[in-house]
Amino acid sequence: MLKRLSLAAVLSLGASGLAIAEGERQGGTLNFTAPYGSSFATLDSQASPNTQEEFITQAIHRSLYSWDSLKNEPVLELATSADVSEEGTVYTYHLRENAVFHNDKPLTADDIIYSYLRIAAPQNAFPGASYIANIAGAAEYIAGDAEGISGLKKIDDHTLEITFVAPINPGFALMMNTTAIYPSNVDEASFVTAPVGLGAFKFEEHVPGSQVVVTKFDKYYEEGKPYLDRVNLILMGEDAARDVAFRNKEIDVSILGPTQYQAYQGEEGLKDNILEVAEVFTRNIGFNPAFEPFKDKRVRQALNHAINAPLIIERLVKNKAYPASGWLPVSSPAFDPDKPAYDFDPEKAKALLAEAGYADGFEFEVTASPNESWGVPIVEAILPMLQKVGVTVRPRPVESAALGDAITSNDFQAYIWSNQSGPDPLNALRCFYSKTLQSACNYASYASPEFDALYEQAQQERDPAKQIDLLRQANNIVQDDAPVWFFNYNKAVMAYQPWVHGLVPNATELALQPYDEIWIDETAPDSRN
Amino acid sequence: MLQFTLRRILQIIPTVFVVALLIFVIFSVVPGSFAASLFADGRTAADPELMARLNRELGLDKPLLERFVIYIVDLAHLDLGTSFRTRQPVIELINSRIWASLELAMAAMAFAILVGVPLGFLAALRPGSILDTVTMIGAVSGLSIPQFWLGLLMMYVFALQLNWLPSFGYGDGSWRNIILPAVTLGVTPLALLARTTRAGVLDVMSADFVRTAHSKGMSEGQVVRWHVARNALVLIVTTVGLQFGSLIGQAVVIEKLFSWPGIGSLLVDSVAIRDIPVVQGAILVIVLWFLVINTAVDLIYAAIDPRIKQG
Repeated sequence: MLKRLSLAAVLSLGASGLAIAEGERQGGTLNFTAPYGSSFATLDSQASPNTQEEFITQAIHRSLYSWDSLKNEPVLELATSADVSEEGTVYTYHLRENAVFHNDKPLTADDIIYSYLRIAAPQNAFPGASYIANIAGAAEYIAGDAEGISGLKKIDDHTLEITFVAPINPGFALMMNTTAIYPSNVDEASFVTAPVGLGAFKFEEHVPGSQVVVTKFDKYYEEGKPYLDRVNLILMGEDAARDVAFRNKEIDVSILGPTQYQAYQGEEGLKDNILEVAEVFTRNIGFNPAFEPFKDKRVRQALNHAINAPLIIERLVKNKAYPASGWLPVSSPAFDPDKPAYDFDPEKAKALLAEAGYADGFEFEVTASPNESWGVPIVEAILPMLQKVGVTVRPRPVESAALGDAITSNDFQAYIWSNQSGPDPLNALRCFYSKTLQSACNYASYASPEFDALYEQAQQERDPAKQIDLLRQANNIVQDDAPVWFFNYNKAVMAYQPWVHGLVPNATELALQPYDEIWIDETAPDSRN
Repeated sequence: MLQFTLRRILQIIPTVFVVALLIFVIFSVVPGSFAASLFADGRTAADPELMARLNRELGLDKPLLERFVIYIVDLAHLDLGTSFRTRQPVIELINSRIWASLELAMAAMAFAILVGVPLGFLAALRPGSILDTVTMIGAVSGLSIPQFWLGLLMMYVFALQLNWLPSFGYGDGSWRNIILPAVTLGVTPLALLARTTRAGVLDVMSADFVRTAHSKGMSEGQVVRWHVARNALVLIVTTVGLQFGSLIGQAVVIEKLFSWPGIGSLLVDSVAIRDIPVVQGAILVIVLWFLVINTAVDLIYAAIDPRIKQG
């Protein structure tokens, strides 16, 4: 099943990729929606951890690496090549010589050093600091104990040497939008209102609460790109309103929720222009081992057997998700397609509960936000299923903003959440490493010596294939230990107008698209041509 | 009159203080924090060091009382603080959104007054007529229809089916963009105004001085213009004032639905991520708006009916 779904994601990838080969057309305007709220918090991309601001970053800025949705891996963006030292910790980047900022300043190593220092500056408390922390000397700088980052060294204007603390793949961290490169010759105060970057589009206008407009940058380093003259990044947080606007052809793309997904699949004219991808998010119910019944692995396994996840996905989530087998999602290179998921087997669940001394069941509460795909509605759906094996569940509703606080302060018996489980499997499994703090991301306080040993081996392994194999084994251990109920992997769905081409199935976040690759054909309405 | 005006303006100050205190206490005790909200969507793993640094940088590690004193002192200097999220002064953020909200509220109120008051008047002048019945059925419906649903219906009919108007957004400030949100927002006050006007006019029409006016031989038009309208105006002005004052608060849902760049949508977003300075600032501005409008209404009363300022 998972193999088939994975294939579906690849096919959708092929469908949109095909459009690129047909012949790109220059010009036009794209009305792209930013669906995660009704405002852009800031235009300073380095300062914002929100997906909402990443739409702006994608258009205006560039990082040292970028995510290649077709290869499903990070690739060099601002460097043409990188030499890696024997031990895998020192990278020498040969920067693009044709990359120019929107203020006409050519990119140099100084800009990258300046940007990383700003991101990691202790007084800024920027979210990207944790990505810079992989660089030698960054931790001391972030803590305020050093004047600079010792691992950053300018060789010449277009050569930069970065020393990392361990032989990691730095691409996963340095492709993040919060590590965007800024010019070193611009007043910092202007980043909030008039961003200057290296991207394919330059900032034109921000109407607070309404939209950000970007226009084609003629000196962009990719020849012939971008195709579009202008992109309007329009704020539209309401699903229902977005649906009307999309059907009315006022916007060119729309992220779909479960209900809309089901409706669009059944409608002529809409069903053929849907892009789907298995995103790297795992929805789960985390069990707190401090709560007596959850100390026993058999109880946790029993709950995984007692819940009919595929049924909930079909009826409640309207098939806008892939059933989860373990932690790493189907798009992860360390996902094991041969490892079967927990089957729905109430009798087995009862037997496991009896073995663990809970033949009469027990009662627990699940801290949950109102989210329709991973919140109170899902807890209510599992309630009768668990009741059948003698377990009583009570939802403990909290506001979305309070969910993180409740979980990171370990104030729960169980919680339901959607957590990032990729694209880097090493980083994703860090959340099950016993040395990772509960408040960091080891929310279920998981500790397994067997897992730790494999994880530490994987950390040191230089051979990518061997490293993936070790992580696959580690992931399978997590699955067997069931520190969480593995619910589903998010299926992100985007509807697009038939005149839009060049969209890609970005597994890290489907809504983030490479605007420089997108083009529109002559069938677009006059307002876009 | 000057004394009355000053008294009403001075009453605003303790009200604002109590509101500021309430907002501060409520958002200090409700669960959730700005630092934790950064990781609430699960898209990035929580970073306890970053959370601690943020709390320190934002002054959230200080005792509650100290934070309140700082807040009140800043407020006394008309400083609403700095947004946790954007690191910009709150006053700048509010300034960038409040005008769109006022524009929407005024358009909605204009629609409500221009349609609701004449309808209420006509219904009262012909009680029991078809016009009266239809107006009152419409008024009850207007009061009971959920605004969110009505907004969607308007989008569906006027944008999607008829293609007359854009379904969302501020556009380039064109009047076409404001029609749907303003009409949606204006339906409730319109219904209320129609009912209130009808009741007020009927009440005045049965008063002794109206009968006297009729018995003096004045025409129906003269009685309505000179006696009924002026006396019914007190009730109408009260309703207009209360509705206008609360319209910015009511606009929160409409602004979200129509992607209207007002203060309401800013407030909702800020509550969701616990950007407390912005929440405090936005609520304070909405409350202040309500108080100012109410004070203005009181002053208008006094002008219409001099007996009011005596009491």
